[in-house]
Amino acid sequence: MRHIISILLENEPGALSRVVGLFSQRNYNIESLTVAPTEDHTLSRLTITTIGDDRKIEQITKHLNKLIDVVKLVDLTEGSHIERELMLIKVKATGAQRAEIKRTTDIFRGQIVDVTSTVYSIQLTGTSDKLDSFIAALGNAAVLEVARTGVTGISRGEKVLSL
Amino acid sequence: MELLSGGEMLIRALHDEGVELMFGYPGGAALHIYDAIFNQDKVDHILVRHEQAATHAADGYARATGKPGVVLVTSGPGATNAITGIATAFMDSIPMVVISGQVDSSLIGSDAFQETDMVGVSRPIVKHSFMVQKAEDIPAVVKKAFYIATTGRPGPVVIDVPKDVTDPARKFEYRYPESVKMRSYSVPAKGHTGQIKKAVEILLAAKRPVIYAGGGVIQGNGSELLTRLAQTLGFPITNTLMGLGAYPATDKQFLGMLGMHGTYEANMAMHFSDVVLGIGVRFDDRVTNAVNKFCPGAKILHVDIDPASISKTVAADVPIVGSVTSVLEEMLELIGSADARVDSKSLELWWQQIEGWRAKQCLKVKSAEGETIKPQQAVQSVYKATRGEAYVSSDVGQHQMFAAQYYHFDKPRRWINSGGLGTMGFGFPAAIGVQLAYPDAISVCITGEGSIQMCIQELATCLQYGLPIKIVCLNNQALGMVKQWQDMQYGGRHSHSTYSESLPDFIKLVEAYGHVGMRIEKLSELDSKMEQAFALKDKLVFIDVAVDQAEHVYPMAIKGGSMKDMWLSKTERT
Ligand SMILES: Cc1ncc(C[n+]2csc(CCOP(=O)(O)OP(=O)(O)O)c2C)c(N)n1
Ligand SMILES: [Mg+2]
Repeated sequence: MRHIISILLENEPGALSRVVGLFSQRNYNIESLTVAPTEDHTLSRLTITTIGDDRKIEQITKHLNKLIDVVKLVDLTEGSHIERELMLIKVKATGAQRAEIKRTTDIFRGQIVDVTSTVYSIQLTGTSDKLDSFIAALGNAAVLEVARTGVTGISRGEKVLSL
Repeated sequence: MELLSGGEMLIRALHDEGVELMFGYPGGAALHIYDAIFNQDKVDHILVRHEQAATHAADGYARATGKPGVVLVTSGPGATNAITGIATAFMDSIPMVVISGQVDSSLIGSDAFQETDMVGVSRPIVKHSFMVQKAEDIPAVVKKAFYIATTGRPGPVVIDVPKDVTDPARKFEYRYPESVKMRSYSVPAKGHTGQIKKAVEILLAAKRPVIYAGGGVIQGNGSELLTRLAQTLGFPITNTLMGLGAYPATDKQFLGMLGMHGTYEANMAMHFSDVVLGIGVRFDDRVTNAVNKFCPGAKILHVDIDPASISKTVAADVPIVGSVTSVLEEMLELIGSADARVDSKSLELWWQQIEGWRAKQCLKVKSAEGETIKPQQAVQSVYKATRGEAYVSSDVGQHQMFAAQYYHFDKPRRWINSGGLGTMGFGFPAAIGVQLAYPDAISVCITGEGSIQMCIQELATCLQYGLPIKIVCLNNQALGMVKQWQDMQYGGRHSHSTYSESLPDFIKLVEAYGHVGMRIEKLSELDSKMEQAFALKDKLVFIDVAVDQAEHVYPMAIKGGSMKDMWLSKTERT
């Protein structure tokens, strides 16, 4: 099963490489990884999506917790949560396709953020599935470039990941 | 407040941390630090002849004393030479602090002379590492490093120190912190009482219990409590290779070592048990054999300080995360106050069954023809000559298994061996660490002619510091353990495992280093010559024992089977 693990990490040199190194060293896979500072400048927040059975995920979280730089972590997929990924996608848009792509973008509530006479650059936010569906829905329109941020997430309700 | 340079602060901080001894080897990036060592007499420094030996010696010191081992090396090749020893300590959870010199901060990343990304290279084999950013940070970094290395599940910590940070011309106010506060590191202390209660109930109701104890008990100083627990319950107990000495080997409740080369009775008892109490163990593949066939009828109770060790390979029915001492204390209290008593009827039947297995005498040594010495007999001879009182380090191979099987350790911290990484070259430097920690004790290294050549240069270190170590070389003229596997699994094709025509004359070699050499070739002379060698109390003696080259280590687990599947000799299997 796919899991989303969010981590508060000491904002120290080498901290990120310890997390990433753990995954390769123990043969765990990383589907996506995002990292950025938080409102507290001593902490970064890292979100990793990974795939594994319960036993493997338990090992992953235990080993992450053992890293000295990991201050706190939560497996968001254990409870209800909100997950988002942002995608910037550049597609060839000429002739009749221009209107078609615009319509599809509206349906998915995306925005066209840059335009040339032959190219649209579109921004879209949502779950990873939604982004995948959008690409599929573009059908035979030529996709020139895709930039995705990877998943980030937060628990629903009162639950917070903080110190 | 005192003004000290970065180099001086480093050494002073070691002293304030209680460090008496460190092992190292100098070089450019570490020279400011070495100058600071020269100007003080509080922390002793032992000059080895290879950085790998510095880490193994510090490791041996740590295993024998329970105190952290300390290493100092220079950047680049000094640091990379230390890697094998750091990995060895990491695999066996040994507390160690390794200080490595680094090129000037301004040169980092420029492929400068002797620059290696030590923090990066060592990352997967350390508990944690630090790169010192500025001299003022040194006291706090040292304090944290020792705290992390010695608490929880211990392990090696690297401190990488750029040369400019240790500049003697720049002085700073020095104050050693009294305590450490780290929001991201906490040490599990006591086990969960509810879980411990549950475990005790299961133990008291057990019909065929066995206690399986490992290196964690030794590291956690839990041997005495473990012995009390085993004797209170009257349960059979087995130790892992790392756990030898956690329970007195000469006691009748002891079944011997378990696992790949464990005794018949220990492995059979594990397999047919209904309750396994694992303490300070990690259900290593060298113990369990095929995990899916492991102890089919047993409830597993698992005590360990590291939550990640629990249910890693074998799912625990009752997991208990905590220090062995706190958990064992609580177990003993609960047993004392419980209404229930052990099921002594079932236990008696269980012991009868175990005695039946024991009667097989799987470790009985059959003498060879004539004067040929069996390697097992050589270990027995060392045991007699040292009255079982020695600190015994070992390398890796058949000799290591014979040492584990035939030297009976009644006390913890006497058996010094690289179990997890299996590092040839570990034994001799480790014996140096032991001898320096306990100058009056007998420090023996039981080794093979293969392994000893991996750190033989340390004979010079022993001369310099007058270390009267006894090296017992079970010389089978081959990489015996490799050869054994080739005999058993590769149709006897000895690919690159023999070299009898090119062995050095060890006697001349040790004499060249200023020590005493002795050769034993006849069984009839074994015990008397061994006594003679150990009587030379102030000398390093290299005892080269010619042993039967065809001997194999038995019992030996049959790959892919359960714990009850073993070869008992070249022809007999269970
Ligand atoms: C550094 C290292 N290299 C290779 C091995 C693989 N290995 C394990 S046992 C062994 C043979 C050891 O020979 P020796 O020291 O003579 O011991 P013996 O088995 O003959 O008693 C080898 C090569 C190892 N454990 N460590
Ligand atoms: Mg050999």
